[in-house]
Amino acid sequence: MPPLTLLRSQELPHLTYAATPERFDETWAAPLATLMGLGRAAGADLVEFFLERTNYINCLAEDDTITSITPSLTIGAGVRIFKGKADCYVSTNDLSFTGLKKILEKALSILGLSLPTGSAFIPEINLELFRDYADRKQKDFWLGQTSPMAEIGQVLLAANADIATKAKHIQSRRAAYFRDWQEVLVAASDGVFARDIRLTQSVGYSLLCTDGDHRASINKRVGDTGNPQFLQNWAYQADADEVSESAGQMLYADYVESGNYPVVMANSFGGVIFHEACGHLLETSQIETNSTPFIDKKGQQIAHENLTAWDEGLSDQEFGTIDMDDEGMPPQRTLLIERGILKNFIVDRAGWIRTGHPRTGSGRRQNYTFPAASRMRNTYIAPGDYSLDQIFTSIDKGIYCKKMGGGSVDGIGRFNFGVDEAYLIENGKITKPLKGATLIGDAQEIMNKISMCSQDLALAPGFCGSISGSIYVTVGQPHLKVDGITVGGR
Amino acid sequence: MPDVKQLTDLTHTQAKELGISKFDLYGSITDSNSVRVYQGEPKQIKASQRASVIVRVWNQDQQVGVATTTDLTESGLQTALQTARDASNFGIRENAPDFSPEAQAPLGDFVEEVAPQAPVGILIERLLEAEKELLSAHPAIADVPHNGLSQSDVERFYINSDGASRAQSNSYSMVYLYAKAEEPGRKPRESGAYKIGRSLESLDIAGCLQEAAEKVVSHLNYARVTSGKYPVVFSPEAFLNIVGAFANIWNAQNILDNQSLSTAESLGQAIASPLLSLCDDPRHPANLGADVFDEEGTPTRRIDIIKQGVLNSFLHSSVTAKRLGATPTGNGNIGAKVSVSPHFYHIYPSTPPSSTLSLEKAENVILIDDLHALHAGVKSLQGSFSLPFDGWLLKGGERVSVESATIAGDFRELLKTITYIDAQVKETPNGVSPHVWVESLAITGN
Repeated sequence: MPPLTLLRSQELPHLTYAATPERFDETWAAPLATLMGLGRAAGADLVEFFLERTNYINCLAEDDTITSITPSLTIGAGVRIFKGKADCYVSTNDLSFTGLKKILEKALSILGLSLPTGSAFIPEINLELFRDYADRKQKDFWLGQTSPMAEIGQVLLAANADIATKAKHIQSRRAAYFRDWQEVLVAASDGVFARDIRLTQSVGYSLLCTDGDHRASINKRVGDTGNPQFLQNWAYQADADEVSESAGQMLYADYVESGNYPVVMANSFGGVIFHEACGHLLETSQIETNSTPFIDKKGQQIAHENLTAWDEGLSDQEFGTIDMDDEGMPPQRTLLIERGILKNFIVDRAGWIRTGHPRTGSGRRQNYTFPAASRMRNTYIAPGDYSLDQIFTSIDKGIYCKKMGGGSVDGIGRFNFGVDEAYLIENGKITKPLKGATLIGDAQEIMNKISMCSQDLALAPGFCGSISGSIYVTVGQPHLKVDGITVGGR
Repeated sequence: MPDVKQLTDLTHTQAKELGISKFDLYGSITDSNSVRVYQGEPKQIKASQRASVIVRVWNQDQQVGVATTTDLTESGLQTALQTARDASNFGIRENAPDFSPEAQAPLGDFVEEVAPQAPVGILIERLLEAEKELLSAHPAIADVPHNGLSQSDVERFYINSDGASRAQSNSYSMVYLYAKAEEPGRKPRESGAYKIGRSLESLDIAGCLQEAAEKVVSHLNYARVTSGKYPVVFSPEAFLNIVGAFANIWNAQNILDNQSLSTAESLGQAIASPLLSLCDDPRHPANLGADVFDEEGTPTRRIDIIKQGVLNSFLHSSVTAKRLGATPTGNGNIGAKVSVSPHFYHIYPSTPPSSTLSLEKAENVILIDDLHALHAGVKSLQGSFSLPFDGWLLKGGERVSVESATIAGDFRELLKTITYIDAQVKETPNGVSPHVWVESLAITGN
């Protein structure tokens, strides 16, 4: 006689699950464990459920009016099935037991598996003790503590009024804010059972100034995770000063003359250079498709000996900080490169299964419609030993990239970045402002040309788009020197 | 998953119970499958059935609030309507949106083409075959790291409390194949192609494969390019991309927001060479994802944006049309602030060219195949661009692939210095365009 604790599949239609609809908690263990047991009984090696609920709002102030407030509520789930190294992912908006069973069935059929028949026994799935990061850190109160709609509008209007007193030749001034509250639950047949709440907020300026044919558009954004009072504490006056100053400098700037130059890249968002030129190429999703020149370079010199770089999810309230990744694993502080030597890759569950590299708590996704993939968190070049003065005085003629725009890298390691604010360096001094620059190059070459790093590491929020959607990340670095890089211009 | 009729009835019922007398709703339901493969094995398989709606609620002061939700249960819709009603207290009073005056106008003839979805196993089979054929197309093709085959059924709908009711269903299938080619002692090169079809059966996978193979192999013969100014020819795909990046020039909402290179008085000005004409043509037969109504319910139509170099019309929502004394053009996107976007560009020569320029005879001309990093290298509010590209230097009847370079310039100047537009246009998934020749642009070689 089979043990009475094992569930017969023919009992399924009569089971009722009273999982808490407004919250992901331990009551979800029973239905998810049953479904995962079904999946395992069907022949899957691993079954993982990802449940998500979000409460999102964005608000836009243009000149002296709030022109848009958009609240958005979403709910959804996805199931991922692994069979050997193959996997598939199915998502839905229907979080009822029937809805989740339907996507499980679909996922199983895609891999050529089917739900067990009437008398089959469904193995018990032993989930770990519920890891509720939201409860541990009292995050359940966060949503109610964030700025209500009225306050959001007040702050943005005050910020816009402030920049109007500082910038000249304004054609358009905008202040925009978003708050993204997300509750997630991850359950997997290897025992993972964890919940978290994430609160990500960002606010910033977009300023357009024109004077005849002269135009300058400058943006600045700040962001935070985990601080409900973020917007109330936004020091918009300082940001307004900075944006106005930059716009003033760039309004009459000459276009950069293209060529190959030594370049000093500012700290903070200058870190996008490492993010694009190297970070993506260390994700196991690139290794799986042989789309990185670093695939077999672990333990080898891939960068200048003065370069050390990290990827981590632990820094307090940074944009890429998480208490658990989207596969339920706590994040780590991962040493990527140490004095030029490649030490570790950025690894999610699938990357570990397919490449053997150890997981780093880096499985991330934009939302429930994506399976997780190996993605960056807070990624930065570590501070070095040089002073700013030493870096600048080492350059006779070069470019100072004070503010970077976005960038990208392709599968053969060619990267590019836009530069929003640049200056000519002449005889070690910053001279005239320049605009219209794009930096291009080859990832392997550039990593060996970062020869000097200063001591002033700073981080900046960013948005990274890749195979599992757009996620919140941090980039960062100290001021650094690139010995030579191609600057595209006119 | 509720169907459109059920959602409509539920929304009307819920609104009545909540005492909401004026509302509208736009939504979509999507059922899709996609597969990727790698070296003869399935790599990622995804399937989803998703629905999302955005509701707008007007309060008694005619202020509007919105809310978006994916929770289409009775309670989910109720929450969305309540949230939108609460948000309406913060809605703008001046130039507040209203229903489109054309939300119940006839849509004209259109055909809904919904093809049955093929089983996922068939998608995997077809993509594996394509990968195999691409790998055997040329000895240098080493890998097909980026590929995908997908199929989607999309149902979109619009309703309002005045009785407007729109619905449209479409299905389409897409394939993309990006191959990596390598020769000993040389850098790897990557290029590819993508196609869209109504169904898996009508999808030109073979054509995509051939184009991807030809392109990546043509980049094997690469060399550095000397920096300087060159005459440039844009491929249809590249020209559509750069035109799309500067769409603020004819976007009425951008103009009203002072976020445009144009002003409301720009209509009638010569902004491009007289050789160029450009329209937004959502109902073009090549536009497989054609929307017959926009998100405000306004019927879509062909709009002549540039005629013989002259800015002829802006693209409008019902909001911008009202403010600028124009007719809605069916380009509205619903939201707390209605936005405007194009559907499907159709670029063509204003008059057939009197003589023909040939790529085969071009000398010291850069042919741009693909532009990259538009999100970073375009300053759309300044008119400038500086973009990495894939392309060739045309010299002595030969094409030499450009190893790594950028192209930079001012878009307004580019439009005015168009020297030739091919008579033959190419239909792409993103629009229709010919090759476009420009007098000169700055090229920086790596």
